[in-house]
Amino acid sequence: MNNPATSRNILQRGTPAGLRFFGYALLALALMWIDQRSGWLNSTRFALQAIAYPLQMALASPANAWQWTRETFEQRATLQQQNAALRARIRELELLALRRADLERENRELRDLRLAAADVAERWLTARVIAEEINLLRQRYTVDRGAMHGVFKGQAVISGGGLVGQALRVGPWSSEIILIADPEHAVPVQIARTGQRTLALGTGRAGELNLPLLPLQTDIREGDLLVTSGLGGIFPAGYPVATVRSVRRDGGSPLAQVQATSVARLDRDRVVAFLWFRVTHPAAPAAASSAAESRVMP
Amino acid sequence: MIAASMRRRLLLSTLIAFVLQVVPLPVWVAAARPPFAVLVVLFWSLIAPRIGGVGLGFAVGLALDVYRGVVFGQHALALGFVAYVAIRQHLIIRNKPMFEQTVFVALLLLACEAITWAIDGFTGNTTGGWLRWLPVLTGPLLWPLTASWQAAENRARR
Repeated sequence: MNNPATSRNILQRGTPAGLRFFGYALLALALMWIDQRSGWLNSTRFALQAIAYPLQMALASPANAWQWTRETFEQRATLQQQNAALRARIRELELLALRRADLERENRELRDLRLAAADVAERWLTARVIAEEINLLRQRYTVDRGAMHGVFKGQAVISGGGLVGQALRVGPWSSEIILIADPEHAVPVQIARTGQRTLALGTGRAGELNLPLLPLQTDIREGDLLVTSGLGGIFPAGYPVATVRSVRRDGGSPLAQVQATSVARLDRDRVVAFLWFRVTHPAAPAAASSAAESRVMP
Repeated sequence: MIAASMRRRLLLSTLIAFVLQVVPLPVWVAAARPPFAVLVVLFWSLIAPRIGGVGLGFAVGLALDVYRGVVFGQHALALGFVAYVAIRQHLIIRNKPMFEQTVFVALLLLACEAITWAIDGFTGNTTGGWLRWLPVLTGPLLWPLTASWQAAENRARR
């Protein structure tokens, strides 16, 4: 067979494979260099993300369909049980809301602060998780909201439970969220009980955080709640982040080894919310937007 | 034409492998997920180096870079390299017994992962623990399954 595509004629090979590889390798290295050194490729990425979106949607659809089917065919008993639990929860929340209204009034009177009545969050935007990448190197969500919906880079993302992460790469209709458990992510937190501030770093294990910067004698115990401290310009203060799971104090190290579990269920959330906060509110993060780049560790 | 139908099969199998490579799986399954994209590039580099070639590896790698949002060119370089080595040795390797082929595949998977690992390190990204290397072990386990497919493609070429 004298088929040009599969011919094994040694003499007429066109460009030798070695030369081709050399060319491609140079191209790959150049791409990496440009991508690392400058923002030129960001617009390309933006466009490519738009192309990848339908594929991500399609690939996530079996899981979504399965979830939908399961929810649709849930047993009546389960639903009743859930209903009862939800009613109880609503009562509880109503009580809390009453108490909160009272507290807010008291707060307003005490501080005589015009803005205190309003919550720090000005606007929400819920987003569905359409793809997730949960592994030791990366803990990321892709959600179905992007620049077209007003999402911006570095925007805080929460879920019903607590802090989830921040928008890392924003595409036109989708964006990638770096979770607080991502090994490249750090969130400034405060121990709710004592007020001590520190950083919570991601570990790469779903929902697990590490607090490596606390001295041995720090007053911290299992079960302590960590909330955002509002420093660093990304996250507003006071949102629950994690609860301390274990504290180890080794004589050999000057630092306590503290592990925490995120309040938000980072491997299970299907719906998250982007947050816009009032810049003038006391709980708003200081120096918003300027520190957006620095929060994700290089 | 033979080449045209082979090209169709190449595109189809590459697409399927890419989907298998990126489809969301539970965490523990995903950690051991065989590197389908590298395997398919290797397969076509050995069976029909003139159709896919180094360009196939580069293209699949670039697609992976885009999909995962890592630095552009990382997987492209690694897969291009794997394709190049496979193409250089294809006449020897594809006539070897299955065991030797599998060893060759395992070595190339290791090289591929080592390149992405090194680039992760150079670009200041997390390089991960030992779990990262698990696909290098699970990938070669799949290779003997391609025996009949290889035979079919070889028949088609003759």
